[in-house]
Amino acid sequence: MNKLSLYLGCITPNRYPGIEKATKLCLDRLEIDYADLPGASCCPAPGVFRSFDKATWLLLASRNIVLSEEMERDVLTICNGCYGSLVDANNELKDDLALKKSTNTHLEKIGKAFKGTVAVRHIIELLYDEPGPEKIKEMVTSPLDIRVALHYGCHLVKPSKERNLGSTEDPRFFDELVEATGAESVNYPDKMACCGAGGGVRSALLDKSLEMLEHKLSRIRDADVDCIVNACPFCHLQFDGGQIEIKEKRGIEYNIPVLHYSQLLGLAFGYLPEELGIDLNLVTNEEFLLKLKGDR
Amino acid sequence: MNQSNKSNKSNISDALKDAGLPILTCLQCGTCSGSCPSGRYTGMITRKLVREARVSTDVLHDPDLWMCTTCYTCQERCPREIKITDAILAIRTIAVHEGIMLPEHRRVSQLVLEHGHAVPINDLVKEKRERLGMEALPETVHKYPDALLDVQTLLESCGFDKLAAIAQE
Repeated sequence: MNKLSLYLGCITPNRYPGIEKATKLCLDRLEIDYADLPGASCCPAPGVFRSFDKATWLLLASRNIVLSEEMERDVLTICNGCYGSLVDANNELKDDLALKKSTNTHLEKIGKAFKGTVAVRHIIELLYDEPGPEKIKEMVTSPLDIRVALHYGCHLVKPSKERNLGSTEDPRFFDELVEATGAESVNYPDKMACCGAGGGVRSALLDKSLEMLEHKLSRIRDADVDCIVNACPFCHLQFDGGQIEIKEKRGIEYNIPVLHYSQLLGLAFGYLPEELGIDLNLVTNEEFLLKLKGDR
Repeated sequence: MNQSNKSNKSNISDALKDAGLPILTCLQCGTCSGSCPSGRYTGMITRKLVREARVSTDVLHDPDLWMCTTCYTCQERCPREIKITDAILAIRTIAVHEGIMLPEHRRVSQLVLEHGHAVPINDLVKEKRERLGMEALPETVHKYPDALLDVQTLLESCGFDKLAAIAQE
């Protein structure tokens, strides 16, 4: 495996630091060589900035990639949105010499240049490749006896022509990683449906965004699970913060705990919920925390 | 063509074709609309957006344009393999360059211009980070003022500050 830089994005460090901490604990346990990526900025958010101006989107994304190029490390993302922005920008800049040239004209002003020497990875496809679910299962010290509603999120697997991760209608790779922790990945209707946050919809049209979320939450509640697992802090924010917003606006309480995969894996490695920031979510479900303690 | 069409400068369909996103092969079969998670709740009709984009620049003012969550399901399922989501993003770009931007999106733009983050940190999260034994500020532009200056230089260099300001009017 190539050496990695940990690209944080916005929502992980600035809203859900538990995901950052859990990711680092898991990478250490898995003995994966990673380093911080000092000075990184917003990816920038694909839904809004990619919509507004392609040159701006490419330019900010390229700067983040260049920081990692300078460290001679591949970029590791822990968010579907960041992955979408950075992997697509990296590919476009590698493939299109004219775009690379025009981007570098701007980068020159801060003394940088895009070279195209590193890859952009997402923690889920990375872990599936290496060490892989079998090896992770062997390393698990506290197998989890819980039922999980897995949410892949859109930009991990789509657009499939750019991602090359197989089926977008019924993928399995992320389920295998969840099951490596001992948890059961429960099938539910509309499992591959969007959480409703992306494309600037959550920021500009919150009520509509929450209706889409509630559709998914109702399917998940019917599946009788212990928690939702995702690999995208923006989906995480939508599922966690969105449940509070739905409760405030509509008086309906779902109270379903939300975990990033790094937090789930952290639990299976024996870390406590409070070491992984699971208790810092907006949804507080004591029953779930007690069940996790019982598992220990 | 009505007056509003004439007054707009862009020919959307040609612009999309130039961007490698041709939409003229659309059959209007409706697979996109049937697959759209937003359409169920927002009333967004993807098929209509594609049709509109072929014939008129009115699409730039269609509120549906901003209801797409960019989930890419329509693009994955299109039997003509039209890059529908990418086309929607490209149409949005034309709209923004014509000065059309939702106020909330303008606010997000300003956050990035000011902080280098679309979602900047706040005191509550600094406290949460410290409770987890982490530094209050992450290893991002938040901790390195020179890095933030670089980001701002780039945003100015590509004219994004002006674009966000034009859209403000």
